[in-house]
Amino acid sequence: MIKAILSRIAQTALVVFLLVTICFFIVHALPGNPFEGEKAVSDVVIQKMEESFGLDKSKPVQLLNYWSNLFLTGDMGMSMNFKGTPVSTILGQSFPISFQLGLVAMIFGCGIGMPLGIIAALYKNKFPDYLAMIVAMAGICLPAFVIGPLLQLFVAKPIPFLNIAGWMQPQDILLPALTLGFGVAAYIARLMRGGMLEVLGQDYIRTARAKGVTTSDIIFKHALRPAISPAITYLGPAFAAVMTGSFIVETIFQIPGMGQHFIDAVIAKDIFLILGLVLFYGILMGLANLAVDILLLFLNPRLRA
Amino acid sequence: MSDKIKSSSLWSDAWVRLRKNKLATASLFLVIFILIACFILRWFLPHDPNFANLEAKFQAPSFKHWLGTDQLGRDLLARILDGGQISLLVAILATIITVFTGVIYGSVAGYIGGWVQNFMMRIVDGLLALPFLVIVILMREMISVWVESGESFFTQSLRMDEDFVRRFANIIPLIFAIAAFGWLSMGRIVCTQAANLVQMEYIEAARSLGLTHWTIVKRHIIPNLLGTVIIYATLTVPSFILYEATLSFIGMGIEPPNSSWGMLIKEGANLIEIHPNLLIFPAIMFSLTLFGFNFLGDGLRDALDPKTAKD
Repeated sequence: MIKAILSRIAQTALVVFLLVTICFFIVHALPGNPFEGEKAVSDVVIQKMEESFGLDKSKPVQLLNYWSNLFLTGDMGMSMNFKGTPVSTILGQSFPISFQLGLVAMIFGCGIGMPLGIIAALYKNKFPDYLAMIVAMAGICLPAFVIGPLLQLFVAKPIPFLNIAGWMQPQDILLPALTLGFGVAAYIARLMRGGMLEVLGQDYIRTARAKGVTTSDIIFKHALRPAISPAITYLGPAFAAVMTGSFIVETIFQIPGMGQHFIDAVIAKDIFLILGLVLFYGILMGLANLAVDILLLFLNPRLRA
Repeated sequence: MSDKIKSSSLWSDAWVRLRKNKLATASLFLVIFILIACFILRWFLPHDPNFANLEAKFQAPSFKHWLGTDQLGRDLLARILDGGQISLLVAILATIITVFTGVIYGSVAGYIGGWVQNFMMRIVDGLLALPFLVIVILMREMISVWVESGESFFTQSLRMDEDFVRRFANIIPLIFAIAAFGWLSMGRIVCTQAANLVQMEYIEAARSLGLTHWTIVKRHIIPNLLGTVIIYATLTVPSFILYEATLSFIGMGIEPPNSSWGMLIKEGANLIEIHPNLLIFPAIMFSLTLFGFNFLGDGLRDALDPKTAKD
C-alpha cells in the first residue's frame, strides 16, 4: 500500500514537472512584452529589465535557472506586473482565500449532493427521485456564471446580512461557495444515486432486510460504505474543478484569489507569476487525486492487496 | 449480406427505444429546434444583431423587439441567436476534432494493445491530470499568435472579406485550444472499448481468414465503436459549450465584435440590478441547450447500449 502511494507521489511530481515545463514554453510564445505598460518604455529600459529578470539568456538556461532557484532556495521569482513583489508573497496572500473557498464549496457540494442522491435511490422512480434528479440536472446545466448573479440579485440583495460582493466579512464566503458547490452537488447526487441503486440490488442487502434490519441501519451500516466509492472517486477531479472554477466565482464576487491573479497575469504576460500559479494548480490537483486514492484504499479493503 | 441486416436492425431498435423515452425525444426536438433557430432562422430576423440604436436602449419585450433591447439598443433575440451560432459552432467543431483525434488515438492504442496501449494511456492519464481551464487559456493565447500572423495571408493574398476572416480568427484559437485537451476522455473510452473488442472471437476469426489490420479496424472495430462515440460526442458538445461560455465570461474567449452566449451572459450579469432581462433570456437559452444535449446523450446511452442502461 505504501508502495502504491509512493509511486503515485512520483507520478504526480513528474506530471507537475512536465506541466510547468510545457507552460514555460507556452508563456514565452505569448505575444507582447511583460514590461510594456500603458506608458511608452524605451528599448534600453526594456533591455535592462529583461536582464534583471534573466530573460536575456537562452530559453533552456532560463528554465534551468527557474527550477534550480525553486529547488535550492524555494524562490519562484518576482512578479513583473506588481513591480518587485515576489511571486511567493502573492501566492501566500491569494492561495488561502481560494483554498478556503474551494473547501467550503466542497463541503456544500457533498452536504447537498450526497443526501439528494441517497433519497433519489431510496425512492427510485417516485416523486422524490424525479425532484432530486431535476435539481441535479439544474446543477449541471446552470453554470456558476448564471447562478452567481442570480444569487446576488435574489438572495444577497434582500438580506442585509449578506454582501453582494467582496471579501471582508466571514459570511462573504457563503454565496460564492454555494455557487461553486452547486455544480459539484449535482454530479455527486447522480453518482451517489447510481452507487446506492447498485448496492441496494445486492443479495446481502436483501438478506439484511429479511433478517429484519431497520431501513436506516441498512443504509448507514451496510449500503453507504460501498455505495460511496464512485462519489469519492469524483472528489479528486471535483476539487480541481472547484479550484479552477473559482476563476468565474472570483470574478463575479470580486474575491482576491488565485483565479483573478491568473487572468491578470496572462493578460500582462507576467511570466513568473503564471508559472508559479500553474505550479500551484498542478500540485493541488495532484494532492487532491492522491488524497482520493488513499481514501479509497481505506474504504475498500480489497484494493489494499 | 447478413452483416448488413443485423447492423441495420441494431440501429432501428435503438431508434425505437429512443422514441419510447419521452424526455430524450423532447430533447432531440429541442436540440434540432435550437440548431435551426441559430443557424437558419437567425438570417430571417428583421433586426441586425449588431445594429445599435441608442434611442431604443433597455426596452422591455414588445411586439417589435420580442425579448427587448440591450444597453446599445440592439435587439436581444437577434443577439441571442447570433451568439448561439458562435457558441454552437465552437462546440460542434471542437467536438468533431475531438472525435477524430480520440477515435484514431484510442483505437490504435486499443488494437495494438500490450505495452504500446499502456504507454499511450499513461500519456492520456498524465494530460488529464493537468488543470484543464488553466492550460486551455494559455493554449488559446499561444494559438492566437499563430492565427494572427496568418490573417494577412487570407485578407491580402486570397482577398477574402476582412470581417469574415476576423470573425474566424477569433474563434479558431478557441476551438483548437479546447480540442487540444478535450479529446483525452474520448481517447480513453475508445481505447477501453477497442481493447475489449479485439479479444472477441469474431475478430480472431477475421484475423485467421487473413484480413488486413486496416480492414479489421474499418469493418469491425470502428462500426462497433460507433454507438459509444455517438453517445460520448453528444455529451461532449454541452461541456464544450460550457467551456466556451466560461472562457468568454472571464474575457479569455470570444471577443467583440463577435458575441456568444458567454459574452451575453457576462454583459447581462454586469447589468443585472437594473435590467435582469439581459441576463435571464440568454441564460434560459443557454441552459435549455445544455439540458437538451445532456438529456439527449443520456437517452442515446440507454437506447444504444441497453446492457448498461440505468433502471
